[in-house]
Amino acid sequence: MNPENDLIISPRLAKNFRRNLMERFIEFGLLCSGLVAIFITLAIVYVLVSEAIPFFQYVSIKDFLTDTVWTPNYSIKHYGILPLISGTLTTTGIALIVAVPLGTITAIYLSEFASHKVREIIKPILELLVGVPTVVFGYFALMLVTPMLQKIYPDLTTFNMLGPGIVMGIMIVPYIASVAEDSMRAVPMSMREGAYAMGATRFQTAVRVITPAAISGIVAAYILAISRAVGETMIVAIAAGQQPNFTFNPVESAATITSYIVSVALGDLEHGGIGYQSIFAAGLTLLIMTLLINILGHAVRKKYAERY
Amino acid sequence: MVKKITTNKLKHDEIIKAESKNLNFFYADGTQALNNVSLPVYENKITALIGPSGCGKSTFLRCFNRMHDLYPGNRYDGQIILQPDNTNILSDGVDPIEVRMRISMVFQKPNPFPKSIYENVAYGLRVRGESNKRSLDEKVEEALKGASLWNEVKDRLQDLAFNLSGGQQQRLCIARALATEPEIMLFDEPTSALDPIATMNIEELMSELKQKLSILIVTHNMQQAARISDYTAYMYLGKLVEFDATNQIFTNPSKKETEDYITGKFG
Amino acid sequence: MAIQNKPAANKNLSSIRKTIANHKRYDFIFASLGTLVIASLTITLLILFLDLVIDGYPRFNLDFFSNFPSRRAARAGILSAWIGSSLVLLVTFIVAVPLGITSGVYLEEYAKKNWFSDLIEINVSNLAGVPSIIYGLLALGLFVYSFGLGQSILTAGLTLALLMLPIVIVSTREAIRAIPVHIREAAYAVGATKWQVCHNHVIPYSYGGILTGVIIGMARAIGETAPIITIGALTFIAFLPPSPIGLEPPFLNFEWLESGFTVLPIQMFNWISRPQHAFHINAAATGAVIIMLTLLMNGFAIKLRYNIRKKIKW
Repeated sequence: MNPENDLIISPRLAKNFRRNLMERFIEFGLLCSGLVAIFITLAIVYVLVSEAIPFFQYVSIKDFLTDTVWTPNYSIKHYGILPLISGTLTTTGIALIVAVPLGTITAIYLSEFASHKVREIIKPILELLVGVPTVVFGYFALMLVTPMLQKIYPDLTTFNMLGPGIVMGIMIVPYIASVAEDSMRAVPMSMREGAYAMGATRFQTAVRVITPAAISGIVAAYILAISRAVGETMIVAIAAGQQPNFTFNPVESAATITSYIVSVALGDLEHGGIGYQSIFAAGLTLLIMTLLINILGHAVRKKYAERY
Repeated sequence: MVKKITTNKLKHDEIIKAESKNLNFFYADGTQALNNVSLPVYENKITALIGPSGCGKSTFLRCFNRMHDLYPGNRYDGQIILQPDNTNILSDGVDPIEVRMRISMVFQKPNPFPKSIYENVAYGLRVRGESNKRSLDEKVEEALKGASLWNEVKDRLQDLAFNLSGGQQQRLCIARALATEPEIMLFDEPTSALDPIATMNIEELMSELKQKLSILIVTHNMQQAARISDYTAYMYLGKLVEFDATNQIFTNPSKKETEDYITGKFG
Repeated sequence: MAIQNKPAANKNLSSIRKTIANHKRYDFIFASLGTLVIASLTITLLILFLDLVIDGYPRFNLDFFSNFPSRRAARAGILSAWIGSSLVLLVTFIVAVPLGITSGVYLEEYAKKNWFSDLIEINVSNLAGVPSIIYGLLALGLFVYSFGLGQSILTAGLTLALLMLPIVIVSTREAIRAIPVHIREAAYAVGATKWQVCHNHVIPYSYGGILTGVIIGMARAIGETAPIITIGALTFIAFLPPSPIGLEPPFLNFEWLESGFTVLPIQMFNWISRPQHAFHINAAATGAVIIMLTLLMNGFAIKLRYNIRKKIKW
């Protein structure tokens, strides 16, 4: 503030030591709370890496990434992560085929076509869908969707990737719909008015004006969906069978990275054994995948962000 | 400190309550909002700050109770000396909380807390550690009386402050500021959001209040300044253009810019 | 340069009309498609709920809620599961809510805008996107083994608290941001310190928004299965954890924190994993209970948020 200060500070205006100390103390306490988020991230990385290191001392990275069989708990042990990744990718792929069109249509409809009343009813319904626990979706996949599919394709096995993939897609639709819709609603009315004034229909405006303007949010919604699908556990654990299987064929049963971790955890985990460490190696792979997806999403968002 | 005023009209001694000396102010982004402003605030008088939008009058006002401290990056340069402490309240060693306990503020838009009428007025006292119920009751009543609101609310002190009308809410804010027995009250365009009758009430109130304390008021409304203030300062683009007794400024300003503004040639 | 002849204008008009009719048709098709999709989503939610209720119907009696799991499906109940869920959620609530609120207050009111606060913010939003099973692995390595807390209610509660934390932090921050600047300034102008402003104004005025976030977080925690399986919740337990409240002093004990346990979604998972159809009925009944709880809690939170938005007139 002022370098030269001839006047002495009267005691009535001077800083109150006790009060300032209390304030500092409280601020420190709150800071510790704020730091918890950083600690959690560090803890996650630490635990996964420290338990995976012994695993990778035993299994070479080359084998890990190229072997197409994953049997850490059998007598003949293979440690290739590819079967788990193929399972994850296939189920995610099916989910996206379902969720992206449905979610985008829903978002466009809610943002550009629906009346206020309809939106007031549908948005809460979407939120309720988000709140449904994944075990329930898993039950749904095994007990309702797979039998329905078996009517169309009788050779379908009870455990397959199609049923859980479809159900995962349904689960993800509300995520895509609400994030994409929010970003479409953020496009200023003046853009819409410009299009309507030229004689465009709602559909044309939505597709040619709003969607390009909101593209960064829409892509962010898709990335969120991918992230969610990759990390999903219970639906696949219940309905896809838990046998690792290196295939991209949806009618076969398979395991994903996540369902593998669950299947091992259900058995007896001897702390420190190779089976125990394998789930951390799998978890580390999953973390790296979701991190990359999130970083990609962030970069794409920044690149295409519109400033209104 | 006593200063002899030598103008045509005033010759008696005025006591200076606070005084800014060579005050400059810089916002966080570097823009300079005040440029070498020096002006006195006389005790038990109303001093008005007038000028077109953006001239820095609100910025100047907020220096007096260290409001700018709330937003990081702002920088004061210069002094505001408070009497009788003879201390520069802008210096680092001064606690802004102590300053605010002696210099209170009423804002442009009435902003009572979403609490009861009683709690609104009592808040300043509670913050000082006052918890004795009888003492609080007395001081709240006194403050509400001082703000000419007591008779209208004495039967519903526990009512929510939001249920009052605009003018009543502003008087409640005045009561809230009065409860802590301030030495200077700062008013930042206090009636610009109010209807003419409410405005009149508050102007009457200010004329009463000046008997107990000193008032510095920013106003967009020149007629208001002419009505109620004893001294007026005209500011433009962060600089103090002219400061004088009100009737002097409005009848015979010494600077042409002042005259242009007052006669409406611009602004 | 020949000037366009008048007769050509008529031809243009009819082709314009055709184009407009085409566009309108596409518009109509899309609107119908949208309505269809949205109707299907609503119906799906209904089918989910009804399917569970219908399938699980044979088990809807008081015995179901007061029996332990058993090898006889008809006699198996969810007593240990719902008590386990309640106790775990108690721990989750006690840990996540204060931690989340104070974190949110720090980030909104105290943290200066620099690289450090950016770092915390990035972490919070990252953590919200981490798959829940990874929290399970974290808990397994850290809480169960490194800290020695074992496969207990305490561990499960802490794990779910970590999951719930980002939700509470974000809703606290949003609730605080909704408070207008002039209310804060009024409080400071009267001589309040930063903590007094937070404590007397900012936090109390945010309770509604915070509560909404807490309810949504708790609803999610009830249904979380993967992390709890990973830390080793038992799937067949025929005992109850010791009660926290006792009849003799000191009336409160903490043994229950160390106890083995199970929770509702794990019980459902366990039953659906069995081949016998009779157990599938149990799974459906449990699912009905779970979905009813989550629907009620989420519905309540949505209604609460709606009411708050209507009431606020700063």
